[in-house]
Amino acid sequence: MIKSFGWDSVEFLLFATRWTLLLSAMTFVLGGIFGLIFALLRVLGPRPVQLLIAGYTQLIQATPLLILVFIAFYGLSFLGLYFPPLIAAAISLSMYTTAFLGDIWRGCIESIPRQQWEAADALAMTLPQKLRYVILPQALRISLGPTVGFMVQIVKNTSVTALIGFVELTRAGQLLNNMTFQPFAVFMTVAAIYFTICYPLSFISQRLKGSRHVGLAH
Amino acid sequence: MSALRISNIQKFFGPVQVLNDVSLDVEPSEVVAVIGRSGSGKSTMLRCINGLERIQKGSIEVAGHTITPSSGDLRALRKDVGIVFQSYNLFPHLTVEENIMLAPVVVKRMRREEAREIAADVLGRVGLSEKKDAYADELSGGQQQRVAIARSLAMRPKVMLFDEVTSALDPELTGEVLKTMEELAKAGMTMILVTHEMGFARQVANRTVFMHHGRIWEQGPSAEMFTAPKTPELRNFIASSLK
Repeated sequence: MIKSFGWDSVEFLLFATRWTLLLSAMTFVLGGIFGLIFALLRVLGPRPVQLLIAGYTQLIQATPLLILVFIAFYGLSFLGLYFPPLIAAAISLSMYTTAFLGDIWRGCIESIPRQQWEAADALAMTLPQKLRYVILPQALRISLGPTVGFMVQIVKNTSVTALIGFVELTRAGQLLNNMTFQPFAVFMTVAAIYFTICYPLSFISQRLKGSRHVGLAH
Repeated sequence: MSALRISNIQKFFGPVQVLNDVSLDVEPSEVVAVIGRSGSGKSTMLRCINGLERIQKGSIEVAGHTITPSSGDLRALRKDVGIVFQSYNLFPHLTVEENIMLAPVVVKRMRREEAREIAADVLGRVGLSEKKDAYADELSGGQQQRVAIARSLAMRPKVMLFDEVTSALDPELTGEVLKTMEELAKAGMTMILVTHEMGFARQVANRTVFMHHGRIWEQGPSAEMFTAPKTPELRNFIASSLK
């Protein structure tokens, strides 16, 4: 059935965009939680744990995201662990995000001068107090720019899950193109939607890089 | 009873011995200046007193707490022993007032209003009441250091340690910090200060300790130490630091 590109096509793409946003949000939340845990353990954990996390980070960063997605979807189902596309996509993207955010945040924590830890020590703070009131608020301020910047990467990278048949924005574009044979209109619209999501994030990211005194109010 | 008693402590950094059988007694309200060349172990000794550096032998009794080579948690001690660093180390994401209130509120579980009153009091003592809402990067080095002193005072320490607190300051800013310390000394605070300010040591410290090669080489009332040094090492040190 051939139909022409019209408003209902745009609606179809916008509908699929909800899945892109949902997958991005799941990835960011899961990857963010594990990323924070990994960053803290990489800085404060025992040596073997640090090495394990460093190894994980290297491995994931050196693997194409698409391969991670294929492993989670095809590879694991071959082992009898079948995940529906959304779950397989969320798992693989979260693993990918954990590696990157963990590494970004580790760098932010390590960039806080040793003297700040020492000053907190001298004021008799416990480790959780040092992190909560002294180190993490400063690391957070440094991390905002790169973190929001990486969110842009997440949104765009959800497009690789089109290849395991998850109907997010890119996959919806492919399907629509098959129906309309108007690739230029279809994929320009897809690109415009991605831009609409990502540009505000990039803009915020740039703004945050220059900000001062962003701390945890208490 | 001494406010501080260091007994035969030893400290190594790897194979290098930085403190060799150091012992020192400090009376309550006494002000002791520690002088010596870089690498003589004076800062390390100071940092051992509140456990920022571990000792490998001996013991330290300070403000009713005891540090041994096997001491674990030193937080109780650190509530009673304040330290001020060469590089101020204010928390840059907090205002001056928040810097001062933080430890009383989170460590001592003090009510915020009470902590705020203490902050106002200690800021008054260092003469910076009007800067309570400023951030560290809006202050001069001398002002930052005075805030760091106030932050430490807010914990109501029994002993205060000062680690070369004027060394990072421009000469014209050292005066205000030294004046703050002098007032603390007059108010009866027990103070141990590692310093390069010979004039200050001489005027304010009751006693001066000269460290050399990880040992206490010579000590005595400040006036005598500077006018009549007994060892050739101290004589040389005083001569070279007066240049």
